[in-house]
Amino acid sequence: MLPPVFGVLFDGLAYGMLLFLLSVGQSVTLGMMNFINLAHCSFAMLGGYVTVGLMNRYGFSFFATLPCAFVVAAFVSIGFERTLFRRLYRASELDQVLLTVGIVFISIGVAAYFFGTDQQPLLLPAYLRDSLTFLGTRFAVYRLFLLGIALVITIVLVLVLEYTRFGARVRAAVDNERMARGLGINVDRTFAITFALGSGLAGLGGALAIEIVGLDPYFALTYLVYVLIVVSVGGLGSISGSFLAAIVLGISDIAGKYYVPQVGAFLIYLVMITLLMWRPLGLLGRR
Amino acid sequence: MALAEKASSPLFYLRAQTQWRPVEIAFWLAVLLPYALFPNYLSLASQIAIAGMFALSLDLILGYAGIVSLGHAAFFGVGAYTAGLLSKHGWGEPVSGLVAAAIVAGLVGYATSFVICRFRHLALIMLTLGFGLLLAELANSLGWLTGGMDGLQGIHTWKLLGYFHFDLYGYTAFGYALAVLFVVFLFARRLIHSPFGLSLRGIRENFVRMPAIGAPSRSHIRTIYTIAAAIAGIAGALLTETTQTVSLDSLDLSRSADVLVMLVLGGAGRLYGGLVGAVIYMVARDQFSGIAPQYWYFWIGLLLVAVVILLPNGILGGLAKLALRGSRS
Repeated sequence: MLPPVFGVLFDGLAYGMLLFLLSVGQSVTLGMMNFINLAHCSFAMLGGYVTVGLMNRYGFSFFATLPCAFVVAAFVSIGFERTLFRRLYRASELDQVLLTVGIVFISIGVAAYFFGTDQQPLLLPAYLRDSLTFLGTRFAVYRLFLLGIALVITIVLVLVLEYTRFGARVRAAVDNERMARGLGINVDRTFAITFALGSGLAGLGGALAIEIVGLDPYFALTYLVYVLIVVSVGGLGSISGSFLAAIVLGISDIAGKYYVPQVGAFLIYLVMITLLMWRPLGLLGRR
Repeated sequence: MALAEKASSPLFYLRAQTQWRPVEIAFWLAVLLPYALFPNYLSLASQIAIAGMFALSLDLILGYAGIVSLGHAAFFGVGAYTAGLLSKHGWGEPVSGLVAAAIVAGLVGYATSFVICRFRHLALIMLTLGFGLLLAELANSLGWLTGGMDGLQGIHTWKLLGYFHFDLYGYTAFGYALAVLFVVFLFARRLIHSPFGLSLRGIRENFVRMPAIGAPSRSHIRTIYTIAAAIAGIAGALLTETTQTVSLDSLDLSRSADVLVMLVLGGAGRLYGGLVGAVIYMVARDQFSGIAPQYWYFWIGLLLVAVVILLPNGILGGLAKLALRGSRS
């Protein structure tokens, strides 16, 4: 029989994975491209609505909707990137904040118009709603599943960005755009693809998150704060930093709520401020 | 070219800036119009004056010193709760309530400014956001002090100067809010057109280079951040005193976002930007209050995108450009 602290740790870990899945895309757009994209959770929300819509209206299975969430969010984001965001890559951070907050507000209105303001129902297959009992502690299968997916995404992303030609191009384009152009790298296309990748991951994260956190039009704003916290604490441009930060924040949030419920969300903000003051570039930030 | 020589001297520049232009006088006369034209909307008008003062305080740090803050409501809320708590515990004198709120909010601002001045860019945005959220969460959990979700009960504001009763129609409230706004504005105007104000703009443009010409960036940022916090505290206290309620939404993230939208809409880095933005934003919100909040968000979002793409310096920036073009042709 394991002491209850393991249950708390597991829930914190799973919550951290959820935060990581929501923010890994942001770690690509904000972290690698240095674009302060507050509309990240709008793309996550889009992914969530794609999943819910396909499952409830067209009878898709849950797993079949996940790639759709990725693809739809990625394609919509390319549209935004080509028309709006690319004008602001070199703009001040205030302009980036304002434009993307504007898009968040618009997305709230659009989602409310099409889906109403209610929570969207989502019914997962039975085997995902089950839980395993190991040494007297219950582990929800869905949370284990989140843990697995988060690990896979981290490994794949790190490999892609660090060891492939595409990853090298992205890093070159971010570090020195003019030099990269001079070397014949199609910077515009690289940025567009990177942005689509980040937003697609957001859509996937949103689709995976709604089982636990629910989905309504204010999703785009509610989880934005958490995503920003994870990315800035983890360190810009560092996928594994985000992974680490998500675990620290997830566990401290769940443990705080379990052991000292009266402080509520207070603890996660305190942890963030302390970590940022200690390391302003984030835990594993390089730039 | 004696004139050009004179115009290039800094002293002459600062003096020319401090001259009152006719359009400014017209603006301050026009703010009295609600008394004559819309006597039914005086409480809205005093809300606008308060929002304008709040936006002005944000302008000092964002527009002039270049500190992007997503948590400015923290100081507004601290001021609001200071005045509310004083009044609840038996001291409802309005003017000293404002002074107390300014001092407390200024102290909180001074304490946080030591952190603020050390960071730039994303870390700065995240820290201001974090402080704002932290304070809101603190007020929520300290229910015995702040009344928690229900807000602070039992606030009673005494007569202004012992004579003017705070009436239901907002005659006193509006006059009071306007008078305080005007005093604060005069102070901000003097500050911005001083050498200190000029060096703030220098810090905004280049944080690292300013110390080289003798303007210590960090201590300047600490000073202006404290001043802006105190002014935001006064705005919060005004809201408490004129509405005789305080609730958690005075600390809310959405209040920080609203004031940012107002400022940017009017034009950041301009003294009147926050005031003009507050008028437009608050009147529009009042007119559209019938529609559901999520659709209100939609239009505000569209407006923000349009302002960023089409009017990078806000409405006043756009007008100034038009005026410049007009005077050239």
